[in-house]
Parts: sequence; C-alpha cells; structure tokens
Amino acid sequence: MTFKYDNVYINNASTVAGPYEQKGPLKNYYDATYDDFYSEMDTFEQAESKMIEDSVSILLSKVGKTKFDIDLFISGDLLNQLVSSNYAASNLSIPFMGVYNACATSVEGLIIASNMVESKQIKNCICAVSSHNNTAEKQFRYPVEYGGPKPKTTTFTTTGSASAYLSSNKEGIKIESGTVGKVVDLGVTDVYHMGAVMAPAAADTIITHLKDTKREIGYYDIILTGDLGVYGRDILKEYMKTEYGIELKNYNDTACMIFDTDKQPVYAGGSGPACAPLVTYSYVFNKMKKKEYARVLLVATGALHSPTMVNQKLSIPAIAHAISLEVISE
Amino acid sequence: MEKNKYKDLVNKHTPNENRLYNGMIAFITGGLMGALGELLRQIYAYYLNIPTSEATIFMIITLIFIGCLFTCFGFFDKWVNFAKCGLIVPITGFAHAMMSAALEYRKEGLVTGIGANMFKLAGSVIIFGVVSAYTFGLIRLLLFGGVI
Repeated sequence: MTFKYDNVYINNASTVAGPYEQKGPLKNYYDATYDDFYSEMDTFEQAESKMIEDSVSILLSKVGKTKFDIDLFISGDLLNQLVSSNYAASNLSIPFMGVYNACATSVEGLIIASNMVESKQIKNCICAVSSHNNTAEKQFRYPVEYGGPKPKTTTFTTTGSASAYLSSNKEGIKIESGTVGKVVDLGVTDVYHMGAVMAPAAADTIITHLKDTKREIGYYDIILTGDLGVYGRDILKEYMKTEYGIELKNYNDTACMIFDTDKQPVYAGGSGPACAPLVTYSYVFNKMKKKEYARVLLVATGALHSPTMVNQKLSIPAIAHAISLEVISE
Repeated sequence: MEKNKYKDLVNKHTPNENRLYNGMIAFITGGLMGALGELLRQIYAYYLNIPTSEATIFMIITLIFIGCLFTCFGFFDKWVNFAKCGLIVPITGFAHAMMSAALEYRKEGLVTGIGANMFKLAGSVIIFGVVSAYTFGLIRLLLFGGVI
C-alpha cells in the first residue's frame, strides 16, 4: 500500500542524543546531547521521557510555535505501554496518538501524519520517537549492570529522541510518498540477530514501493534502511539480489552510520526507534539541504520482538515502512 | 524465499564467534579466580587459626562481597563482558547476577522492585541447583547407601 502526497513537508526536525551517539561520527549534527544516561532524571525511563520532551521543545523553538499551535502529537518508543511517549505527552498536553512498530515507529508516525496533513484534517503535526539503551536492555534483555556476553551480531540500542514538524507549508523536505509494509516472518528466532529478522521485511517493502510507484532502484540517490546493522546490511543486499535480482548500490544502513562500529563497543551497530530518524533528521537532511541528495528512500525496519513469545518458541516477526523524501524543486 | 534457504543465507553472513579465544580467556580468568579462592582459604586458615572447611566459608563470603561491591561500583559488568564464563561460573557470577538485578529495580520499591526482581537471573540457578542436588543425593543414597 503506497500513498502519494502532494502537499506534505517536514518543515523542521530536531534530534537529541545520548552519550554513545555523542562520541559517534555524527556528533556534530545533533541539536543537543546528554553526557550520561540519566539526563538529570531519577530513572532511565524518566530520562527517556524527558528526551522526547526536550526534542519537542527544541523543535517548537526552531519552528517558532508554541504547543498550543500544534494540532496533533504522534509518538512512540520501545517500552511497555509506550510509557516514555505517554508521560512526555502528559506534560506537553497536545492531542496525542501513541504508535508502536518497534524500530519502524518513526516512519509509521510520519505516514499517519502525512495522510492527515494531505487530507487537510490537521494543519500540522509533530512526530516524535525515542529509545534508550538502558531501558531497552532492562525490558528485553538483562539488567544493565549484568553485562552478559553477547554475540557479534547484536545491535546496540541508541539513546535519544528525534522529532519532526509536518505541515503543508512548502519549506524544508518534501514527503513525496509512503509505503506501509507487511509483517514478514522467515522463522528467525535469534534475539541477538535482529538484522536477520528484519532484512526480509525491508526487502519486501522496498519492492512493494518500487512496484507501486513504477520506479527503478536507481531513482533514489540513496536508500537508507534503519537499523539492520553490519551483518543485516549484507544479508539484505544478498537477499535482494537472489530473490528479486536487484543490486543495492546507493544504499546504506543507519545502524552503521550512527556509530563507528570499528571503534565503539556497539557490536553490529545501532538499533531502536530513534536510530533511523536520528541519522535522517540530522545528517541526511543536512546533505539534502546542500543538494547532495535529492531523493532519499527511508525504510525503517522494526523487529516486533517480544521476550514472552520468543520464550514460547515462536519466531520473531518484522515490519518495514518506507517513506520517500525529496528536496523541494524550485 | 523459503525459511530453510533464508537460514542458509543468514548463516553465510553471520560471523563465527571466536570460541577458542573466549574459552582460553574464561579458562585463564576462571583459573585465576580459583587460585585466588585457594589463596584466601589458606590465608584465613593460617592467620585465623581455623580448620580449612571453615576457612572455605570465609573465602566464599569474601568473594561474594567483592563481586557485589564491584557490581555496585559499576565496572564488574565490563569485567564479565571480557572474562565471560571465567567470572560467571564462579560464585562471583551468582553474586553479580543478584546484585545487578537488585540495582536495576531499586527505584521500584523494596518489595515490588528489589524483593520481586532480585532473583530474576539467579532464581533458575537456585531452583535447578536444589533439584540437581536432590537428584544426585538420591542417586548416591540408592547406589551407595549414602556412605561415600
């Protein structure tokens, strides 16, 4: 399912990032960074919630609006009951929708908001996402201080939050179309290899998008998936080639861009809902403003992982949503 | 793509863990832990003038204390990550598992947080430790009449 948009623009975006991202290759692109995982709060969960609030308030000051001017706030994160988003929304008091698609949440939010802006149901919308390494570890894996050994294919949840301001005002980056993906499950049960879980979903969504829009893969200056990691990226490349005969050339994965996987202790790269938008809203938008990229396809991939279901010996389903971003033609 | 075919593709792009290296690290650090334990045991027995069986208990308490303390200081997880089973298998691993869970949930209340979650990791060790002790004790009783 692909939606085409004529009047939806990301006018501005903001990014706040945690201590590991602060030392990563994109450190100069973020609006704000935190030196520790608490960001002056009592607990990690509260810190994650504060990160959403911070990114939204930075965004509001960038676009010169107050929260009373915003029609809708869409946000999501990894935690049970979307607590980070809910508590941030409680403090922001903007009409709120919580969304969950694991690491594909960011693009899911953008697609929902774009549809509403395009149909003029709302004038503007803020789409936020967050993730926090320690809250994710606590919920999905082991206690943070346990530090159990992990295989090389593990991805490291990014800490931070990213927000985008959408409206029909013609400025910033154009959202040209969006493709809603299907849930794909090829039987991977390894919770330490999310790249393998998500690669088929990414491939399926890319192919659907190309078919629906009748485009060739070379139409885009760069295709970005987020967040397959170093090994997931290789799996997707080969999967696309053997299954669909398509060679991914102008392609990168945000998990490999947000961290220096050779120097930082992040195993196969970043993950989490914040990973793809942190890279896109900062580094990629910067490149688009400099006209180095004119057309970008962002494919956010989410492993719909639940420890309960994995313990019940079920495999992990995955989803990917794609959004086509363009520099506004004069 | 079929699941089996995809599994092969995934395996092709999945790096091998360096089992020999990890095993050697665990062997050496685990060995050092054993040597440290024995050293402590001899020291306690010699200086406190107690039988070695009692000194063993003193040694275990010391190692548990050190494991917990280092976990609280926040660097023991990095050691565990490096030494792997060299620090997880000895008694320090058990202490570390309990302490890290306690630390994780300390902000959620004494009963509902620490009390309910402290055994999250270590609980299985206790359950299956007791079950296997019981089973092997029973086997020993049946085979040897509990003499040896």
